[in-house]
Amino acid sequence: MTTTVKAHKPSFKVQRFLSNNGALVGLVVLCVVLFIATPDFLTGQNILNIGIQVSTVAVLAFGMTFVIVAGGIDLSVGSVAALSSMAGGFLFTSSGVPGWLALVGGLLIGLIAGAVNGLASAYGKLPSFIATLAMLSVARGLTLVISGGRPIATSPEVSFLGSNIGAIPVPIMVLVVAAGIAWFILNRTVLGRSMFAVGGNSEAARLSGLPVKRIVVTVFALSGLFAALAGLLLAGRLDSAQPQAAVGYELDAIAAVVIGGASLSGGVGRISGTFVGALVLVVIRNGLNLLNVTSFWQQVVIGLVIALAVGFDVLRRKSRRS
Amino acid sequence: MKSSVFQKSATATVIAALVIAGVAGCNRVSTTGADSPPKIMLALSTLNNPFFIELRDGAVAEAKKKNVNLIVVDAQNDSANQANQLATALSGSTKAVIVNPVDSDATGAPVTALNKANIPVIAVDRTVNGAKVASFIASDNVAGGMQAAKNLAASIGGKGSVLVLQGVAGTSASRDRGKGFAEGIKAYPQITVVAEQTANFDRATALDVTTNLLQAHPGVTGIFAENDEMALGAIQALGSRAGTSIMVAGFDGTDNGLAAIKAGTLTSTIAQQPGKLGALAVDQALAAATGKKGSSIVAVPVVSVTKSNVGQYIK
Repeated sequence: MTTTVKAHKPSFKVQRFLSNNGALVGLVVLCVVLFIATPDFLTGQNILNIGIQVSTVAVLAFGMTFVIVAGGIDLSVGSVAALSSMAGGFLFTSSGVPGWLALVGGLLIGLIAGAVNGLASAYGKLPSFIATLAMLSVARGLTLVISGGRPIATSPEVSFLGSNIGAIPVPIMVLVVAAGIAWFILNRTVLGRSMFAVGGNSEAARLSGLPVKRIVVTVFALSGLFAALAGLLLAGRLDSAQPQAAVGYELDAIAAVVIGGASLSGGVGRISGTFVGALVLVVIRNGLNLLNVTSFWQQVVIGLVIALAVGFDVLRRKSRRS
Repeated sequence: MKSSVFQKSATATVIAALVIAGVAGCNRVSTTGADSPPKIMLALSTLNNPFFIELRDGAVAEAKKKNVNLIVVDAQNDSANQANQLATALSGSTKAVIVNPVDSDATGAPVTALNKANIPVIAVDRTVNGAKVASFIASDNVAGGMQAAKNLAASIGGKGSVLVLQGVAGTSASRDRGKGFAEGIKAYPQITVVAEQTANFDRATALDVTTNLLQAHPGVTGIFAENDEMALGAIQALGSRAGTSIMVAGFDGTDNGLAAIKAGTLTSTIAQQPGKLGALAVDQALAAATGKKGSSIVAVPVVSVTKSNVGQYIK
């Protein structure tokens, strides 16, 4: 396949790149518009701000990418993020567990919640939409039970996740590492390649000898783990675990994955695309703040951009197929 | 089959529960004699929020004092739940209903049904649209917004540029607080509001929105947040500048907010008195149930809290 591409003219390469990276083109257009509209957009500090702000949604969306590539959906990531950060805070403040262990405990809670989603989906035969919808409610409820509806202080180890090392914010470092790990899992491991097989055609994957059920459980467990990391990042930035943290973030994560070019019917998706999708969402919000657009219109604009990005993608795929 | 056995036993359990509830209900009706305590229902929007927990506690304490049989139900922020709960008041011996609507419009229909049954309804914190209420009890959010403007202006020396963090668009709390602030700040011609953005009453959102706004408006000296949660998010964004070069005014007087005032990062807040709201609601309901005429609108005063008087409010 690479040989045929090499034989083509450079202009075709550019065209191919553009059509494969619709979200990236959209992001660049968005940035250019904002750069022209306000001098505050393209400043060093604002770039760092965007980096910090994208960290939570991007990490959530990396986990979501696995699930969507494998042909599922995970509606529980926002609640699981809140539960994990609350469990981490609770272990530290109320149980006297050392801070680093509480952090690991929080991550473990996310992993377990995700694995339960996977078990319910693979072995319990629940559609993942339903299994994770149930978890959305259960995890949020448990968060409220643990916290009694009040914010809990976090350990210094969690607060570190929201601090800076020198001039570089820790959330950005965590984001880069998480992106690297997610990319590696999806593209360089048997598990990752199996996700595409399962999402593309689950029955064919099973017949060709893949342990489909175990793969599904692992995929959801990974999504839970990434959600937990996102929750702890958010808690670090807020210096506290909030009972109502990350409400509705699952929709941002799904939007980021879909804007990034993944297909909700499974088998297609890229970590780089998801990252660009998350950036699109955050840059829009940042730009609307900088331009002081009223809150009523913000929701309209964000909805339209999501519809445009995905609609454009669908059109592009159709034209390529014909 | 396993499932059918389970279904049968579940059905049996449900029937048994219904029978027990029915018997218990009959008992309750039969004990409602002339001198037994009047039954009043308190239908709350949610108990997920410290504000409504305090409101309930105030109402329960007042009910105990006035010898009222207070039934508390929680709609978990679901209007349909609330409609069902209000409907149960029709069939019982309930003398009056206190409702804290999940949604002012959605509560109109179930309250109309109560109106028809001649059961007086008291609205607390949020009003009911499209039906009759005997009394409406709420914090004076507009006056609170004006006080917040005064507090913020005093802390920044009556001049400079300020940001406003708005609550959930379209809610009455956000509208009234914003309106009060806008009116209050007019008295200070040297203060300009350079940006008004929503952060949905949420701490994490306020952190991001404030960070973004500070890019566009680096010279601001004050921030008004329409609730304490957003004020705390703004403080997180400001870091060491909070309370030193940039003053933050909040609203609500939550535990976290009061702690921030004590720490010096939050400059002022407007404390509501949810316990008082609950207690006054019970008083009004009792008056209405016994046929006395109460006041149609009760505005519970709000108080400014700054470092000088925060000690009285911290629990």
